[in-house]
Amino acid sequence: MIRIAAKTIAEKIFSNHSGTDAYAGDIVIADIDFAMSQDGTSALAIDAIEDMSGGRIFDPNKVAMVMDHSCPSPLEGVSAIHDKIRKFGEKTGITVYDWGCGVCHQLVPESGKIVCGDLVVGCDSHTCTYGALNVFSTGVGSTDGAATMIAGKLWFKVPETVRVNFYGQIPKGVFSKDMILYLAGQLGTDGATYKALEFHGEAIEALSVDARMTISNMAIEVGGKAGLMEADEKTLAFFAKHSTRTPAPVFPDEGATYCQTIDIDVSQIGPQIAKPHSVDNVCPIEEIAGLKLAEGYIGTCTNGRLEDLAIAAGILEGEKISKDCRLVVAPASRDIYLEAMEAGYIQTLVKAGACIVTPGCGPCVGTHNGVPSNGENVISTANRNFKGRMGNSNAFIYLASPATVAASMIEGRIADPRAYLN
Amino acid sequence: MELCAKAFKFGDDINTDYVISGKYKFKSNDMDELAHHAMEELDPNYYERVSPNGGILVAGKNFGMGSSREQAPLVLIHSNTYAVIAKSFARIFYRNAINTGLPVVECDTDLIDEGDELKIDLEAGVVTNVTKGIEIPFAPLPPVMAKLLADGGLAAHFKKYQGFNL
Repeated sequence: MIRIAAKTIAEKIFSNHSGTDAYAGDIVIADIDFAMSQDGTSALAIDAIEDMSGGRIFDPNKVAMVMDHSCPSPLEGVSAIHDKIRKFGEKTGITVYDWGCGVCHQLVPESGKIVCGDLVVGCDSHTCTYGALNVFSTGVGSTDGAATMIAGKLWFKVPETVRVNFYGQIPKGVFSKDMILYLAGQLGTDGATYKALEFHGEAIEALSVDARMTISNMAIEVGGKAGLMEADEKTLAFFAKHSTRTPAPVFPDEGATYCQTIDIDVSQIGPQIAKPHSVDNVCPIEEIAGLKLAEGYIGTCTNGRLEDLAIAAGILEGEKISKDCRLVVAPASRDIYLEAMEAGYIQTLVKAGACIVTPGCGPCVGTHNGVPSNGENVISTANRNFKGRMGNSNAFIYLASPATVAASMIEGRIADPRAYLN
Repeated sequence: MELCAKAFKFGDDINTDYVISGKYKFKSNDMDELAHHAMEELDPNYYERVSPNGGILVAGKNFGMGSSREQAPLVLIHSNTYAVIAKSFARIFYRNAINTGLPVVECDTDLIDEGDELKIDLEAGVVTNVTKGIEIPFAPLPPVMAKLLADGGLAAHFKKYQGFNL
């Protein structure tokens, strides 16, 4: 194999963490900067850690377990899992986030324990979210997570990279969620399997950190191992606010090898909807507007951040949601919840008729907080619309931006948010 | 290792929510109990059909997409599913399967129908469709994965070598 000097972001981060000159296709054992699991994956991880090491953790300061998927506990079985996590935390000294702290993929960046250039694994497929912060982060299963928490290392195949250039000016009513849904429609659910994505272009630069995280979060929905972005002044401002560590931004080299390059002119796209039961079943909103809805959900690791709540509150200010609909809102973290209260967003949403639920995953995973009924249509800001995802196999989930969900709740039907934005 | 069983055929893009739904995953950490719900979204009788005599799950492209839940390969193992054969696999499921000791084979599955008698020779890299009398070759596992599977999965490997020895 001919070795060339130029590297992608992924190749650089794996080189830096493995002490090798790593290129796509290489197998490396790499040092991990942070590892995490959540309440759906921690029980198996704890069992594996006990089995493999008797409960030894390489560095408790670099490991966290988060209760977010089903909090406060609605079931005895969940309570038992949560109890197990708390006891493991007391025993090992790792960080445990209990009920109401928020979604793991908001808490880990907010914790300040990760910065640009880091390599992070999480026992949750949406761990790829931190790519927006120039962190190579990827989802693994509980046993891989356990091995990492014990050894501080994990083996990887260095991925090839798909380069996605989002260029042009983002039109009114189009948000980062629409950009990533559009890409999912183009690539399909396995379009980037085993590969890293690198997102570039003026449309990415124009986005806030909150909005960028929505895009990286959904890299896994096209099979991606990571959804990486370059660091800029917005990224560094995020770390200056949250972390005492010094970020080490990683940029791709000129001439790095990409297995595929995709150019998307965002000025040509409008609001997008992913129809049931697949995230790549995407259409422009015009094709589906008017479909009757029963439930809306604003939240999740994809779209439960402050900017998302601000957009929803902006549309619902002085409005009432349709009498035929219920709207559930879950802030992604306690800090976001507090900031949204201080800004008045929560009051606006409650006055409009929304149910505000505990910071966490909300009804996304089908365990609680708003399981739809048979035959009902749900519009959600989440990242998955699989059959049965929200706890009922006979419901239909449509994915959209927070603006589209808010506008749709006013009309009780899928509605174009552009009519509600000045 | 040679595995022989009947084919249980599914389609493309089977996600891990379909292998084991989130609503069950939080109710119990007992895989024997959860296994009763394996593949329930697509075949409510999967467990009853596969568990008495064992079976090989056969699918199209992108098997195991979505969630990182390791309960997915575990409920297949606990339902007496000996292996999964698919045209392609999603990354996290593929790793989880090897880590938990569930053999996964990537090959053309168009020539396999529901109920066909299959024989998988993992070392030789051949799936034999005994019913149809045809052999389907497949590329053997990458060396790292083959070693982990041969050691009985990641936990066994890690204990054997007190860490990674790949």
